[in-house]
Amino acid sequence: MELIAQGIAEAIQRLVTLDPDVRDAASASLVVSGSATALAVLSGIPLGTYLGLARFRGRSFFLSLVNTGMGLPPVAVGLFVAILVWRSGPLGGLDWYCTRPAMVTAQYLLAAPTVIGLTAVAIQSVDPMLRLQLLALGATRWQLAMLLVQETRLLLLTAVMAGFGAVISEIGASLMVGCNVKGDTRILTTAIALDTSKGEFGSAIALAVILLVLVFAINAVTTWAQQRPRPA
Amino acid sequence: MNRALLMAVGALLVASCALGAPARRDVLLATTTSFQDSGLLDVLAADFEKRTGYHLRSTAVGTGAALAIGARGDADVVFVHAPEEELKFMDAGSGGRRVLVMHNDFVLVGPPGDPARIKGRDAITAFKTIAAAQATFISRGDNSGTDIFEQGLWRRAGISPSGAWYVQAATGMGQTLQIASEKNAYTLADRGTFLARRAGLRLEILVQRDPPLINVYHVITVNPQRYPKTNTAGANAFADYLVSPETQRLIGAFGVDKYGEQLFVPDAGKNESGLL
Repeated sequence: MELIAQGIAEAIQRLVTLDPDVRDAASASLVVSGSATALAVLSGIPLGTYLGLARFRGRSFFLSLVNTGMGLPPVAVGLFVAILVWRSGPLGGLDWYCTRPAMVTAQYLLAAPTVIGLTAVAIQSVDPMLRLQLLALGATRWQLAMLLVQETRLLLLTAVMAGFGAVISEIGASLMVGCNVKGDTRILTTAIALDTSKGEFGSAIALAVILLVLVFAINAVTTWAQQRPRPA
Repeated sequence: MNRALLMAVGALLVASCALGAPARRDVLLATTTSFQDSGLLDVLAADFEKRTGYHLRSTAVGTGAALAIGARGDADVVFVHAPEEELKFMDAGSGGRRVLVMHNDFVLVGPPGDPARIKGRDAITAFKTIAAAQATFISRGDNSGTDIFEQGLWRRAGISPSGAWYVQAATGMGQTLQIASEKNAYTLADRGTFLARRAGLRLEILVQRDPPLINVYHVITVNPQRYPKTNTAGANAFADYLVSPETQRLIGAFGVDKYGEQLFVPDAGKNESGLL
């Protein structure tokens, strides 16, 4: 009990004084997971829209692949990316081991299937009559896609937030490819694990509080988007 | 739709480049968790960058894994503590320079009641006594430097530990101490981690300051002839940095303010067999 009280007191002090270690880890988390999510959205929403609308052979197989990807174990992705970017690996020339680009790559692989999968579901949830109507009004396929994305934008926001939520609290892959370098690849989750093994529970709790606040904010936005009365 | 895909791939590439491809001022170090968990790695990494301009990218994975990474040429330099494994690494031609940097020592800790009565004995006798009493012993069991070290002590005691009393935790030093404390068990720990965690544990030091418990750290540069991609200049700069008088002073002073005890003894230029 004493440990918890001490830890929380130290956590508050570190948060109020904006402790540089805490600030660095929080900003590294936001930059890395933000970049990975941005890339996942840029590629995932077009791809998900395509999968939601198009009808082609092997489509359901492809959707199954995407759905499997939504549950990819982070350590497996971490191992895979590490093997790729080690100097002895196929992408060794990039020299990305223990760098942020390697972390962004791993987190992108974790976030992208979620964004693709949820986008496809969102696009398919649109009343088929609306689609027919739009086509009858002379919309090109490109215009149709844009209109449907606009129509489902709240659901797509959920997809984006789900992708971000999956990577911001992830540790396995980020530790394996990023290595937890102080002031660079040390993010909230890897810093929490390190401080715990060092016995620095106050700092660990401070970092955990920030991570919880971030995750809460994500869920608050998502819930707000889902519960908002739909415009007529 | 193809256009959108192309745009997405383009954005991916641009964003990757914007994050910055690392330059040759980066030195890739593979090292042990105890070096990171003690906090010394962070202190030295920042100082190394300030004094030499090199940026240290370090991965803390345990001695076995660090040597494996070095043996594939996936790092420029390794900093480890398992002399026998290190000599195999050198014999295999994976290493360039191997330089003695510092040592710390292991302590045999256990419940204050000391059920197997090992207090004050020498390390090898204490290990024999624990095995004879079948007192619960928590082993790291993770092929880390500490684990390799512990296995060496059992070998010297002529025992291959097995049975319900010998628990392989397969976890880090801090966790292992926590488990030993909860289970009223004995374990082997490096002094630094034990001092850092002592406050929350029901464990005390029972055996210490015995030559077999000395834990020696060497820095080894990866052989540039075998792996031309390595940053040899950076690796040598790090090795030279570790044994420079300023760094050795820093190592000797580390932790004294916090724990009231020296955690690491600087050893640059000394003979390995003459320690303690």
